[in-house]
Amino acid sequence: MSTPAIQIDGLTKDYAVGFWRKTMRRSLDHLTLEVNQGEAFGFLGPNGAGKTTTLKLLMGLIFPTSGSARVRGRSISDVGMHREIGYMPEQPYFYDYLTARELLDYFARFFGYDRVEREERIRKFLERVGLAGSADVQLRKFSKGMLQRVGIAQAILHDPEVVFLDEPMSGLDPVGRREVRDIILELKSRGRTIFFSTHILSDAEMLCDRVAVLVGGKLQGVGAPRELVSMEIKGMEILFELHAGYTLPSEMAERATHTGERYRIVVPEAEVYVALEKLKICAARILSVTPLRPSLEDYFLKLVSGQKKPTQAREAMPAEVAQ
Amino acid sequence: MSTIPGIVAVNTFREAVRDRVLYNLIFFALLMMGAAVLVGGVSIGIERDVIVNLGLTAVSVFGIVMAIFIGVGLVHKEIEKRTLYSLLAKPVQRWQFLVGKFGGLVLTLAVNTALMTVGLAAALFYVTRKFERSDATIVVAIYFILLELALITSLTLLFSCFTTPMLSTLYTLGIYIAGVFAPNIRDIGIVTTSPAAKWMATAVYYVLPNFHNFNVMAAAAHQETIPFALIWQNTLYAALYIAVVLLAASAIFSNRDLK
Repeated sequence: MSTPAIQIDGLTKDYAVGFWRKTMRRSLDHLTLEVNQGEAFGFLGPNGAGKTTTLKLLMGLIFPTSGSARVRGRSISDVGMHREIGYMPEQPYFYDYLTARELLDYFARFFGYDRVEREERIRKFLERVGLAGSADVQLRKFSKGMLQRVGIAQAILHDPEVVFLDEPMSGLDPVGRREVRDIILELKSRGRTIFFSTHILSDAEMLCDRVAVLVGGKLQGVGAPRELVSMEIKGMEILFELHAGYTLPSEMAERATHTGERYRIVVPEAEVYVALEKLKICAARILSVTPLRPSLEDYFLKLVSGQKKPTQAREAMPAEVAQ
Repeated sequence: MSTIPGIVAVNTFREAVRDRVLYNLIFFALLMMGAAVLVGGVSIGIERDVIVNLGLTAVSVFGIVMAIFIGVGLVHKEIEKRTLYSLLAKPVQRWQFLVGKFGGLVLTLAVNTALMTVGLAAALFYVTRKFERSDATIVVAIYFILLELALITSLTLLFSCFTTPMLSTLYTLGIYIAGVFAPNIRDIGIVTTSPAAKWMATAVYYVLPNFHNFNVMAAAAHQETIPFALIWQNTLYAALYIAVVLLAASAIFSNRDLK
């Protein structure tokens, strides 16, 4: 079995708070997690859940109170490991007196590339993040979205095996988000591991092989988005057309909504065949029958609200995916 | 400059230049021009002394102000603006970052000091119309100022690793002033009758950086010879002191959470 790309074992972080710094506030609570090579892994959680703390711990920007973590088999305290990773902090900010080209050149030097290689990489990655035309503009003149793109460019400049992105979509317009999504997919297609935090659930649902949900510093669930949300079917949605002269039975008419001739009705899963029989009698033309499953957002919100009620939180956690 | 501290140092120098730090040279040039014209008109026989004293004092004061005010922000600004996050995610160790920052500021100060020296030499030539062999003492005095500035830079860097820019400024200034009066602190130990006070004064004397020994401005103004032994002693002292301070700074910074 190959070494996991990221292996987190009981990672905990306490911060001293208060004037005398005697009180400890737990920001991350015994996080244990594994991310496989080549996975796109989403790290979800509301503000203050501990997502950025985790990323900062993995980057060696802060130190764990207890626990350990390894990236590609190397301890996070080993700076040499940083040759194999790329990191974009949340709301990245860079030396604003530099141009985008100069910044990337500065960072590329740490990897020992010669001038020709640096120039080639900078050209390629600025193009990839859509900043080729702004290469020689000072970063102080960049918008938030442009800085985000520079942040991604500097994170992948050395073609790292594992890429950590902290809220990569934040501050981006729809075009920018699409571009970042494409970059993530492209990295994934080349076998890179991507670990990104986000609270844009649709992005996680679209991009991630697996996600982890963190609430209040505690891991609430890990698994493929589909696994996490497929535990129950909320109902069956039937779309149909009703021809002129036909009417729906009164109990169905109350629950149906319609636009012109097109109707929509949601019935419990157990009643779907009965409903279809009734529609057949009305000579309705069935367009689709779709199970309504909770979205990742529903799952997420359930966990977040459940945190206030510990019993419910335990029930909400899918046992089959906890690692 | 292809080592990691070298790469950081060059960027630190570039930051200082682009932040128009070297604009202080304009004030220095104006001061020197004004002094040269004024001294040429009013001094009788002491033009050289006045220009050298004034020039060296200005080089020192301008340098100290730069070293402290830029130095205290070197680390703090990187943490506040979170530019350090991306940098430390590269294969860069924290001590390498610190040494690079130190090197970058010392490089900035060296360039600034060199340009001020050119201005001082021009003012001196304007007043005396000649250069003498004994003027070499001015170069030694400038070299000592540079050592002093490097030492101050290391202290600002140390304090900025664990406290705010305001406190770093106060601590560095306090240590600088105490260091200038180091011999007086030693004298307190000599004259006092209390063993505790004697021990304390002696300990403080040895722990504090002795900035007094770097001041040879009067000797340079009076064209006195500066012993070669003092040059290497000061060089060695500064190098060792800076190394110890940077080691302490690295130890603190390497264990600090970057919030």
